[in-house]
Amino acid sequence: MTPITPQHFLALSVVLFAIGAFGVLFRRNLIVILMSIELMLNAVNLSFVTFARQLGTMDGHVAAFFVMALAAAEAGIGLAILVMVFRNRATVQADDLTMMRD
Amino acid sequence: MERMLWIIPVAPLVGAAINGAMAIATARRERGVPEPVVSLVGCLAPAVSFVVTLGLLVRMRALEPAARHFDQTLFTWISAGSVHVDWALRVDPLTMVMLLVVTGIGTLIHVYSTGYMHGDRGYARFFAYLNLFMFSMLTLVMARNLPLLFVGWEGVGLCSYLLIGFWYRDIANAAAGKKAFVVNRVGDFGFLLGMFVIYMTARRLGHPTLDVPALRALVAEHPGAWTGAATAAALLLFVGATGKSAQIPLYVWLPDAMAGPTPVSALIHAATMVTAGVYMIARMNFLYALSPTAMAVVATVGALTAIFAATIGFAQRDIKKVLAYSTVSQLGYMFLAVGVGAYAAGVFHLMTHAFFKACLFLGSGSVIHAMSGEQDMFRMGALRRHMKTTWATFFVASLAIAGVPPLAGFFSKDEILWNAFNAGVGGPAWLPHALWAVGFVAAGMTAFYVFRAVFLTFHGESRVSEEARHHLHESPAVMTIPLVVLAAGSVVAGFVGVPEALGGSNAFHHWLAPVFSGGAGPGAGALAHGAVAVAHEAGEALGHGAAASHDSTLEYTLMALSVLAGLVGIALAWTFYLRRPGLPARVTAALGGLYRLVFNKYYVDELYERVIVRPGYALSDRILFRVVDQGLIDGTVNAVGIVSRLVGSTVRLAQSGVVRTYAFFMLVGVLYLVWKLAL
Repeated sequence: MTPITPQHFLALSVVLFAIGAFGVLFRRNLIVILMSIELMLNAVNLSFVTFARQLGTMDGHVAAFFVMALAAAEAGIGLAILVMVFRNRATVQADDLTMMRD
Repeated sequence: MERMLWIIPVAPLVGAAINGAMAIATARRERGVPEPVVSLVGCLAPAVSFVVTLGLLVRMRALEPAARHFDQTLFTWISAGSVHVDWALRVDPLTMVMLLVVTGIGTLIHVYSTGYMHGDRGYARFFAYLNLFMFSMLTLVMARNLPLLFVGWEGVGLCSYLLIGFWYRDIANAAAGKKAFVVNRVGDFGFLLGMFVIYMTARRLGHPTLDVPALRALVAEHPGAWTGAATAAALLLFVGATGKSAQIPLYVWLPDAMAGPTPVSALIHAATMVTAGVYMIARMNFLYALSPTAMAVVATVGALTAIFAATIGFAQRDIKKVLAYSTVSQLGYMFLAVGVGAYAAGVFHLMTHAFFKACLFLGSGSVIHAMSGEQDMFRMGALRRHMKTTWATFFVASLAIAGVPPLAGFFSKDEILWNAFNAGVGGPAWLPHALWAVGFVAAGMTAFYVFRAVFLTFHGESRVSEEARHHLHESPAVMTIPLVVLAAGSVVAGFVGVPEALGGSNAFHHWLAPVFSGGAGPGAGALAHGAVAVAHEAGEALGHGAAASHDSTLEYTLMALSVLAGLVGIALAWTFYLRRPGLPARVTAALGGLYRLVFNKYYVDELYERVIVRPGYALSDRILFRVVDQGLIDGTVNAVGIVSRLVGSTVRLAQSGVVRTYAFFMLVGVLYLVWKLAL
């Protein structure tokens, strides 16, 4: 059994980030888009702590905590907006929300 | 005193500013500024200039002839690269003569205008323009360098335009103003080109300057380097002079300019502005002296204009038109004089002409005033009984212009003819005698048409309409006093230049000698034949050399002949219009086509209309407007617009408004950067 090296963590981080980015770009449901953003943020968190562990400093951990706090705030506000959108427009499909453009 | 030069042009400028501000402030009101206030400002301004000029005259007379000039530099106007132009004034004997004429006669005409323009809606505006004209004219004659002279040159043109079209509600007046402006622009173009030629040549010689005294020194220093340039520059400057001074072929604007108020005709279109061309040539005499060709051209054009305009004067019905053609003709005399190198004689005639022609114009204004605006001499007659002062002054001025001794016109005209006869100009050998003959015939014609006007207006049977007869009156004192002063001037002005042959000392020549004689320096005789005229002039002015070789018998004969021509002209006019009033009709019937030709002013206006105005209009409309302006310029501008729009509509497609698309491009960009940086 091969030991789990930082490279493995970073590869997972890349995969998670790519999945998140893909979700943001190509999914239409706002809830899924929000979830994808969370995924990207956590992929970044993962690479932060990986480097922190590797370098033996606390900086990466601190950054990860900030990102988590930010992610929580983003989720709270994002979901609140989403609820308001659904109440007003009865849809959460991103492509239907074109009022600002047209 | 020398530090007061600036007051001379600035006083009228201040007057123009005050009256102009008052005119603008009250333009929309029911009542304008009270006339006495306007009159006071308007007349005081040129009067101040006149007084300062008199002060300068006293100072100047106390100086040695060679030192007779005052200079004042007010400020630097242009300083760009090698071009350096100051707002510099200079008063020398020539400028002094012009200053006296402009401010002296100008002041009289301002006073006269207070009576003539009484009750006019634009009273303040009129005086503002008139003062502005004085400023421009004084700048013109006091300018030390050519660009500043050109400022005055353009300024008087502008004021002339404004005053010809003063009663602009009548479209004909506005058109006359426009015509004057456009025709003058043609001449001004020549003037500018002449100035360029002078500057280029001066720069080639290492002295890039347009300062007249400096140019004079430069010409004296390198006469050889100027020969070609002098001809070109002199002819181009003369083109400017033909425009401003109404010579063939650009004289057509002056008769139309009579649409302006009569004091304007007297001040601008007889006494001062139209003589600017003569002044300019006299000022640039050192340049003309180098070019016999240019001199011959100037003299010939002057002589032709003198006789050509005189014939047109025969057949005019409008009293002001007669005087206008007379002015064109007399200006021709002045150009004849400067063309044969007799600068002092030309300026002398300029000065005497200013007196008697201003008097004639103001007299005609007085008549028109009395006749409630009527200008047709065939509806006048016998006005002598109603307006004694106007008649007397008009008569005296007519005698003066006819060259009857000992009035002013006799001395100046005779001197021009004498100089023409003995001229040392370029061109064929018979030219001087031909010039003299033309001038001689024109002198007789002048006497005829002027006395035709006198007899038709003031003598014979009254042909005045009933209505006008009712209002006939002598003009008020503010109008008659200037008339009397000018008539007195017409009598005595000639005595400053009594020739040696008649026992005089010709003080006028001596006065102007420093301006004209020193031009080519002591080496004048060493110069090519071009300097002959100057040498001749110099010798005569100094009262020895050429003067000593005068053939007195010949001079007396010529003098007697020109007097005779004048008297014959007067006698003919008397026969035609007083003794046998039926004769003119019979003569015109006998002449038939010839009379119609002259009556219609040789169809010159029609010719210009066909040959220049209409093709010019067609060129402007079909090519410049439709092809160049609409096609080329508008096309370029529109093309820029079309290209921008096309690019915009293409690039717009990327701006879809879908945020996720932007996110995608951003991701692509980031990946690209990472890939680039990683490598």
